Amino acid sequence: MIPSAFDYVRAASVDEALAQLAEHGDEAKLLAGGHSLLPLMKLRLAAPTVLIDIGRLRDLSYVRDGGNHVAVGALTRHRDVEVSDLLRAEVPLLAHTAGLVGDPQVRHRGTIGGSVAHGDPASDLPAVVLALGGTLVARGPGGEREIAAGEFFHGFLETALAPDEMLTEIRLPKRPGAGWSYQKFNRRAQDWAIVGVAAVRNGGAGVALVNMGSTPLRATAVEQALASGASPADAAAHAAEGTEPPDDLNGSADYRRHLVQVLVRRALEEAGARG
Amino acid sequence: MMTAVRITLTVNGTRHDDDVEPRLLLVHYLRETRGLTGTNVGCDTTSCGACTVLLDGESVKSCTVLAVQADGGEVTTIEGLASGDAMHPVQEAFREHHGLQCGYCTPGMVMAAVSFLAEHPDPSEDEVRHGLEGNLCRCTGYHNIVKAVMAAAKTPAAPRA
Repeated sequence: MIPSAFDYVRAASVDEALAQLAEHGDEAKLLAGGHSLLPLMKLRLAAPTVLIDIGRLRDLSYVRDGGNHVAVGALTRHRDVEVSDLLRAEVPLLAHTAGLVGDPQVRHRGTIGGSVAHGDPASDLPAVVLALGGTLVARGPGGEREIAAGEFFHGFLETALAPDEMLTEIRLPKRPGAGWSYQKFNRRAQDWAIVGVAAVRNGGAGVALVNMGSTPLRATAVEQALASGASPADAAAHAAEGTEPPDDLNGSADYRRHLVQVLVRRALEEAGARG
Repeated sequence: MMTAVRITLTVNGTRHDDDVEPRLLLVHYLRETRGLTGTNVGCDTTSCGACTVLLDGESVKSCTVLAVQADGGEVTTIEGLASGDAMHPVQEAFREHHGLQCGYCTPGMVMAAVSFLAEHPDPSEDEVRHGLEGNLCRCTGYHNIVKAVMAAAKTPAAPRA
């Protein structure tokens, strides 16, 4: 399968990428690792007429200690997130889950920023950023702004990013001593999660759901139940509340509503054992 | 529309300059522009791994990389693994342990294994199985493929592309 024709420009800096976005408007798409965008283009579900390649902006590939948080450059590849000593020590949920995205070849190319900006509800990392209460840093013509993860995912493949903005950094708060878990349920090793659950616990809990609606979802009913002292099993019984899971070849919506309760319980138990 | 882009790629050690259409996929560049048909197209949807090659030493699925993205890089295909008549230790191990049946997945499987071993020089069998998650063998010949990769890992001083 071959994508429809497009013009290709390569940005040598964030400013250059923003200028290209301003010039071409919503006809253009940013290309990072390409592992969300190119498959869509090959299926002709996306047909941008201009691709702005930001894949060479290596100064946006980093993992840095920001004091109370860890900052990850948007162009950091999944493999580099997976093996980062700083993330393994301070945000192990993210490092661990990055190692479960797709397969090794995908992790050599795909980037955390690409995955988050794509906003696929079936992707692993957006839910992790949501569970951790991360912050997304975007740059646009008006400068830089910070967006809370809870306000970032607007609809199916839609985010708070404006067409002339670019995601530059993902900040994850450190939660020393927190227990964590990522439960990914699928039938073939490399597949998307049929349902996934990201959980982090120390005092308060953050629980986010994969593939249970049109965006990655925060399991607020579960979090509230835990806050009022419910056991993991009792809290997990609320996991499907407020969700609208898809119905597809991998499972019916009812099956997902059941599965999510099982996976939330497992995630809370594992996080509890790790904390 | 479709302004051609000049790219420079080092493929199996030889440098090439080409004007390519931006939408040209790396796998088609390798097979059609370079005539290196050892790299197969299987699913064409980033799933099966038949098109796996090394880009700057790391395994990638060449059906999901644009040739323009690889510009300036070094690509190694199955044709570039052997040194003269001496097969690469991973190729040798696949031969020795019969890590193939129909052979279609084999070039991608070997390239994925070379990249995996560079990152995991002393893997457990479980790590090998997970490390090859991106490659499907529809003959289901995984048993001997895993055996071959385990054997290659034990080859002393295996050169790792």
